[in-house]
Amino acid sequence: MILNNISRRRLLQGTAALGLGAAVPLNRAFAKETTVGFIYVGSRDDYGYNQAHAAGAAALKKMAGIKVVEEEKVPETEDVEKTMESMINLDGATLLFPTSFGYFNPHVLKMAVKYPKVRFEHCGGLWTPKDPKNVGSYFGYIDEAQHVSGVIAGHMSKSGKLGFVAAKPIPQVLRNINAFTMGAKLANPKIKLQVIFTGDWSMPVKEAEATNSLIDAGADVLTCHVDGPKTVVENAARRGAMVCGYHVNQSVLAPKAYLTGAEWNWEVLYPRFVKMFTSGETIPNFYRGGLKEQLVKVSPYGPMVPAAARKQADGVKAGLIAGTYVIFKGPVVDNKGKTVIASGVSRGQTDPELEKMDYLVDGVIGATS
Amino acid sequence: MKADVGAPVAPTGLGQIVRAPSYGRGIGGAGEYIVIPALALVGSLVLFGIFVALFGKNPLDLYFYMYQGAFGTWFSWQNTLIRAAPLILTALCTALPAQLGMVIIGGEGALLVGALAATSAALVMQWAPPIVVDLAMAAAGMIGGGLWIMLSGALRHYRGVNETISSLLLVYIALAILNFLVEGPMRDPASLNKPSTHSIGAANMIGNIPGTEVHWGFVFGIIAAVLSYILVYHTVFGFAARVAGGNIRAAKVVGLSVGKLVLIICFLAGAAAGLAGMFEVAAVQGRANANLAAGYGFAGILVAFLARQNPLAVIPVAILLGGIGASGGLLQRRLGLPDASVLVLQGMIFVMVLASDTLYGRWGFLKGKTS
Repeated sequence: MILNNISRRRLLQGTAALGLGAAVPLNRAFAKETTVGFIYVGSRDDYGYNQAHAAGAAALKKMAGIKVVEEEKVPETEDVEKTMESMINLDGATLLFPTSFGYFNPHVLKMAVKYPKVRFEHCGGLWTPKDPKNVGSYFGYIDEAQHVSGVIAGHMSKSGKLGFVAAKPIPQVLRNINAFTMGAKLANPKIKLQVIFTGDWSMPVKEAEATNSLIDAGADVLTCHVDGPKTVVENAARRGAMVCGYHVNQSVLAPKAYLTGAEWNWEVLYPRFVKMFTSGETIPNFYRGGLKEQLVKVSPYGPMVPAAARKQADGVKAGLIAGTYVIFKGPVVDNKGKTVIASGVSRGQTDPELEKMDYLVDGVIGATS
Repeated sequence: MKADVGAPVAPTGLGQIVRAPSYGRGIGGAGEYIVIPALALVGSLVLFGIFVALFGKNPLDLYFYMYQGAFGTWFSWQNTLIRAAPLILTALCTALPAQLGMVIIGGEGALLVGALAATSAALVMQWAPPIVVDLAMAAAGMIGGGLWIMLSGALRHYRGVNETISSLLLVYIALAILNFLVEGPMRDPASLNKPSTHSIGAANMIGNIPGTEVHWGFVFGIIAAVLSYILVYHTVFGFAARVAGGNIRAAKVVGLSVGKLVLIICFLAGAAAGLAGMFEVAAVQGRANANLAAGYGFAGILVAFLARQNPLAVIPVAILLGGIGASGGLLQRRLGLPDASVLVLQGMIFVMVLASDTLYGRWGFLKGKTS
């Protein structure tokens, strides 16, 4: 580096003095703007988790008086703490969206204590009352959208077998698998869904292998819960199977195979949060919602989806929005024959029991461990 | 911080005997070790500037932001040093076996095993005072990581298995073990959607160097690098290792026990990476989970090669790469460059430094008095 020819000691002396004054406000000219920082764990054009958040960030860029700074591929280590601090110190960010689940503990919590005047909004719903008050956590009940997708998948499958490529057997993922399966069973009570866990959030090679082996085993409609569904969607389409998407709308990747999908709707939520923030309103520390609150949405149905399927799916969707329909309503039996939700028990979306889900419902071929 | 990237240090055992003869005699020609790597760096920066200009960005802005993000403020300096801390230790995992002519690229595995061992030690010793817990963690981390790389060394020595391949494959085994333990037997049931072990306890966390936000791993990295340097260049053991690295048959003929050298050096190498893992747990994460596999072990390989496998040169090179990493964020935010652009720069530096190897001994005016 050019810098290496300058004495590091002199640089240190000079910069230490500068550092005492905390930041170098490069952006003083924009002091009236609110700077919002977005941090992604992967690349923001991954057709998945990160792109969904980037779409939310893009919605903010259209708002007046809002400046958005973004950084992608930031690992869940001290790196993310430094990225947050850098956004605060060098960019003057006052509202941060560290979007990856693994950023929360210890990194977001640590920074929130250190910068009490900065607001941190973390995606994942992990906030508890003992955590700092300048941290908020939000999440969407995307299993509702998965359930509607499942109805479509159940209608479209000719083989009576669906495939699901999943990352890890954790409650969030299991809830999506179960909701999707239960949706499909509304259309075809005998339908089976086979699940393969890849073991991690971004494993394109394993995801491709899983897609192929599910299709080889007879699945003709596939969906997934991994960070970037691109591999699954493209491979399934290439093999002639149909797909339901996840995170964002992937219909451009497979226009002839894309039935529908469960999407995040951060482009609605983030402007809502930023409006609260700039008007001085308090953003709730714990914020959740589903289709009704517009935190999630269902992709527009593909042209191949027949009217009967659309009608049933729309009916379920309307019920979920109206709050009259409950996905996890007893009796629910798991795939080992054990009753996990008793008859007469109705677990609505906010039920904390659902957060601990550790089973796969009847009709799912696969095991959690 | 006097040392620069091309610090005037003695050449490695590898180069001394295997490469060009003039290399070994070049101890007096320290100039080469500053001028050539510096030129390679300047060259890669210029190339990167052209690359960035192709995307319609001003290269001068680029250089300014790189300086700003890496060394421009006290905050940036700390950001750089924090990133350098694990790299010094993981680089030693490649640089030490290189003295024996071995190419070990599995530092990531040793880091993960070290982190797991350290976490386990902390979890079973919850009753002990923090200083004891931290010492036990360091010992467990070093032993865990050390045994892991020693496995590669043993496979190489006793079974003739290529150590590069075995150490790389052991990374995936280590990752699988980590995932298995974190998601299974060692899982904290409360960590629902982010499988993790129990916390080692706030009291057992190792703090930062007073007055900074840089954790103690940086200091231990420097100590480990200096000790490694002394071991390699100023002890009989290190001399024996370099002889074996130069010509293993000759070493055997003169009665050196090569097997012992391989096992000990590999253990020390793994111990360094294991210590890096211990600091990731004890100073940063506070628990073991998938966050530990952040690629420090792989970045360490790059550092070791750029440092020409010299344990002392590892320190400034790690700081340089830490700086590039620290400035990466600012490049993304100010210039709108994708994250991968930092990888492009790293790749350019790597290729340029390796390619510049051919220049050694070619320029008479740099050679010094011995040649």
